[in-house]
Amino acid sequence: MSVDKDTVNKIARLSRIAINDEEAEKMVGELNGILAWVEQLGEVDVTGVEPMTAVIPNKTRLRDDIVTDGDMRDKVLANAPAKEGIFFGVPKVIE
Amino acid sequence: MSEYRIQGETGEWEVVIGLEVHAQITSNAKLFSGASAAYGGEPNSHVSLVDAAMPGMLPVPNRECIRQAVRTGMAINAQINAWSRFDRKNYFYADLPQGYQISQLYHPIVGEGEIEVILDEKDADSPRKTIGIERIHVEQDAGKLMHDQHPTMSYVDLNRCGVALMEIVSKPDMNSPAEAGAYVKKLRSILRYVGSCDGNMEEGSMRADVNVSVRKPGGELGTRTETKNVNSIRFVMQTIEVEARRQVDLIEDGGAVVQETRLFDPNKMETRSMRSKEDAHDYRYFPDPDLLPLELDDAFLEECRASLPELPDAKRVRYEGMGLSAYNAAVLTAEAETAFWFEDLLAQGAEPKQASNWLQSELFGALNRLGKSLDESPVNPAQAAELLKLVSDGTISGSIAKQVFEIMLETGQGASAIVEEKGLKQTSDTGAIEAVIAEILAANPGQLEAYRGGKEQLFGFFVGQTMKAMQGKANPGVVNDLLKKALA
Repeated sequence: MSVDKDTVNKIARLSRIAINDEEAEKMVGELNGILAWVEQLGEVDVTGVEPMTAVIPNKTRLRDDIVTDGDMRDKVLANAPAKEGIFFGVPKVIE
Repeated sequence: MSEYRIQGETGEWEVVIGLEVHAQITSNAKLFSGASAAYGGEPNSHVSLVDAAMPGMLPVPNRECIRQAVRTGMAINAQINAWSRFDRKNYFYADLPQGYQISQLYHPIVGEGEIEVILDEKDADSPRKTIGIERIHVEQDAGKLMHDQHPTMSYVDLNRCGVALMEIVSKPDMNSPAEAGAYVKKLRSILRYVGSCDGNMEEGSMRADVNVSVRKPGGELGTRTETKNVNSIRFVMQTIEVEARRQVDLIEDGGAVVQETRLFDPNKMETRSMRSKEDAHDYRYFPDPDLLPLELDDAFLEECRASLPELPDAKRVRYEGMGLSAYNAAVLTAEAETAFWFEDLLAQGAEPKQASNWLQSELFGALNRLGKSLDESPVNPAQAAELLKLVSDGTISGSIAKQVFEIMLETGQGASAIVEEKGLKQTSDTGAIEAVIAEILAANPGQLEAYRGGKEQLFGFFVGQTMKAMQGKANPGVVNDLLKKALA
């Protein structure tokens, strides 16, 4: 598996990361290096081996259905780049 | 079921429909945080640091949300996956602070199941169809955007962000708007019985993504479109109608259907493309590294199964076994609250047929008039049972019962107290009734002559006159007997 410059530009756009042409070129090389390195794993025969889903043998713990949190509007709004009264403000997004 | 066909210039077309229904799971807290999941609330007050996606915050699943999804799966006879996992669905939008939605793509909690629908639920002989369910998975809801508060800004309220949803995905087994409508209705009914979702489409607790394609009958499947966020049963049916029509016209004009996301506009009765979001469809799903696989043990699954209520199909059969008509059994079981009310009435000693008739004619009629739902009924099942008992033991007649019920609705008084206070007990005193009959016959010589001359339908006239004269308090059976004697 390898990526080309178009793919890199697309991933960057989907991730909302601005990169210029020069950076994209550089990224193609770096990403292909990483992919090739990980692909070495493909050399191992894993027939009949269950996929490992977590590195520690543990199960998800579940929480009781009780309201224990919230009611902290000032805190959740504190770091917002734009606040409009009791709302977050964002540039108008409408179709 | 029905042969629904779209007439095109090149002949008939068949519609193929699949639905993805998003149902909000009934819970106190959110899916992965301890913030309240209640509807409404001051904007941004039901938000924890987890919901706001502050760095370092970790999701912990809510047991009740998982339990309700499993119980829903069991109610539709679905495969329950004791091992499931959460994945991240990545996209940027202002109502999604995490930048991804936690969902289940690869290993959903519920697998294949099915729902039987009756096209016309009030008609027991109406054709039935089994609609396959592909899967149910659990995922987070997003926040709410408001666009009309400011000229250049949109406002964001994160109260709903992180509330638990079930996405219930059907197979493409439906072929008409009516089938799709019947499916959503039945699904909503099951969710309400199970208690896993309140089914309130006005508040957005249930909404559907409608997948539609068209083909020549029996031909290859066509390309489908997905119309998002349709929020009523009527709109689901209308979406299918207009979208299938659009696709047929497009194909017959030499065009091709593009697989895309669309929106339904009920004012213009059309669907419109949401092309601008196309790029957002590259979701780059991957297993959420913040969450370990979800493993459910036997005790958990056993409790889920044991706590399931009797479901509408089983209830309907049982009611028919009590001697109720198929129609009445269907009406009583369609909504959980009706069935529970009816069963409360029976538990208070009411007789099934009498209770069923009274509930469907008198109570529903009154609630309709008052503009109230069953939950808001001014008369409760115990009070109603008291009234019905007065009728069945002959204390009052059916017509007097109607009057008593009206007074109960107005004053909240008990039936026995009203009957006592107003002196409404019916009389079987033959002497008193005979005296009234004699008066009626004397006052209506013309009708009497006609009756004796063979116009037997006038019998009803005499019964009416007698009951009227006795202000409805005469025992109708006794009046009948005595009238027959007097008229002979």
